[in-house]
Amino acid sequence: MTATPTTAPARLRPSVTARSRRADRPKLGHTAVGILFLAVMLFPIYWMINASLQPSGNTLTADFLPLKPDFGGYQKAIEQQGTNLVTSLVISLGTVVFSLAVAAPAAYMLGQIRSSWINVGLLAILISQMIPGIVIANALYAAYNDLGLLNSIPGLILADATHAIPFVILIVRAFMMKIPPSIVEAARVDGAGIARAFVSIVLPISRNSLITAGLFAFLFSWSDFLFALTLTTTEDVRPVTLGIYTYLGTQVSNWSAVMATAVLSSIPAIVLLVLAQKYIAAGATGGAVK
Amino acid sequence: MPGARRRRGGRERLVQVLFLAPAGLYLVLFFGYPVVKNVLMSMQAYTTRTFFTGEAPWVGLANYATALGSTLFAPAMLNTALFTIGSIVGQFAIGLALASFFRRKFPLSGFLRSMLLLPWLLPLIVSSATWRSILDQDSGVLNAFLRSLGIIQEPVPWLTSPSVALLAVVLVTIWVGIPFNVTILYGGLQEIPEELYEAGAVDGATGWKAFWHITWPNLRPVVSVVLVLGVVYTLKVLDIILGLTNGGPANATQTLAVRSYQESFVNFQFGVGAAFSNILILISLVFAVIYLRLNRRAVDE
Repeated sequence: MTATPTTAPARLRPSVTARSRRADRPKLGHTAVGILFLAVMLFPIYWMINASLQPSGNTLTADFLPLKPDFGGYQKAIEQQGTNLVTSLVISLGTVVFSLAVAAPAAYMLGQIRSSWINVGLLAILISQMIPGIVIANALYAAYNDLGLLNSIPGLILADATHAIPFVILIVRAFMMKIPPSIVEAARVDGAGIARAFVSIVLPISRNSLITAGLFAFLFSWSDFLFALTLTTTEDVRPVTLGIYTYLGTQVSNWSAVMATAVLSSIPAIVLLVLAQKYIAAGATGGAVK
Repeated sequence: MPGARRRRGGRERLVQVLFLAPAGLYLVLFFGYPVVKNVLMSMQAYTTRTFFTGEAPWVGLANYATALGSTLFAPAMLNTALFTIGSIVGQFAIGLALASFFRRKFPLSGFLRSMLLLPWLLPLIVSSATWRSILDQDSGVLNAFLRSLGIIQEPVPWLTSPSVALLAVVLVTIWVGIPFNVTILYGGLQEIPEELYEAGAVDGATGWKAFWHITWPNLRPVVSVVLVLGVVYTLKVLDIILGLTNGGPANATQTLAVRSYQESFVNFQFGVGAAFSNILILISLVFAVIYLRLNRRAVDE
């Protein structure tokens, strides 16, 4: 993907040999400093895991290492938040499917058509990402109330897609624009319509960008708190983010259960970062600047 | 033949419309409609009663008068400004330092840099819960750490004292925002040709001199984008504040976004809530226009 600039050949060109040889040893020093920075930055995440393995109780007196790990917190978390975790999973997967289905065809067309209207459309998409979520929640609450979409999974999928669709359109469009037109034209000469060419040629070639966009759509939806908070009024449909918020209340009575739920809710982010590192890095740069 | 081509052209147009229509419809319904609806709601007496009777009488600018006249308006404006500026300055300074550091390629640098993204990928409410445990006055690890170093004698009531709560919320927001800043600034630094530094070194520009005369001028466009986007994203932050302090203690962390949420969904005064969120939109709009001007070239390409 374009977002990994390490491959730029100009930067690999060795400059003065003496300089680079001298630089070898301090570079390991850099690694050490880098690990130190990372340790400081990731300490809260370590602490979350550590606190989740402490015996339950309303205090936080935790040791620095969970030498005697206690899984009571996880037992409580799964007991009380298991359903909410499943709800979050269903909503997030729904958001991925819905966002890709709506955004991918538009992303392709927005890259093909040459018209000043396209710029207006892109501008609208850029601006839509800046609209505060509370504005959307305010209006959707009233509309959902009339339509009976409050406390429903489809309602939350549609709302969560606001986090994802503008991002997916921009990132997938940027990729699809780089597909050489000749490949698509070759199929068109053979008699395939735009729709056929899109499904059988464009989509398979764009696999990487679709995966990247899908992973982010999942994370955005999984992390959503605002719509979970405002568009549900009962416990019927409760994403895990709202579950954590209700745990927090004014007084936290069982920290290990809260932290265990926090750890379970972090699993998608951690797994994706470890397994799909290149996609995440690509999305992080591509989506933010464009 | 020309007829066939025209027929094919007509079908193409239809296909184009079909490709664009779902996304267009979605954007209109889930972004356009809410913005318009908020403007209308802000001029109506829109309360819980509206949901039973279906009536929301027009009240003109009364909701704005209520919002601007409330005792919480001035503090919320001030907090929004302090929260946004504090978070952005902190994120940017640390982000730029880390991005410059990672620019020197060293073993594991790519791996460490991508692991740095983790705080940004976690659900904000998870980060809030974690920091709440860390910042706890009596048993939190931060106070324990600072006391063991002798920096503080008494535990700091990070989230329960009105005088430090906003600072604590800013610190957490900085932590969340660092990865975004590092990623974008690192990308910007990569674009600066190595030759400039080599030429600068010949003229004696190394270290800080190289930074001020080569790095900073070349990085300026990326810096503007990062800062403006950061402001737009930070203005609307809700999860972190609700998770850490809920706007308290004693309203010390009330921002415009929190006000809008609480008026609508705690007090059920949707009209007043909409008025607050429209003020928020106006402020965001100023920065959005700045952003679009900076970014126009990127869009046109």
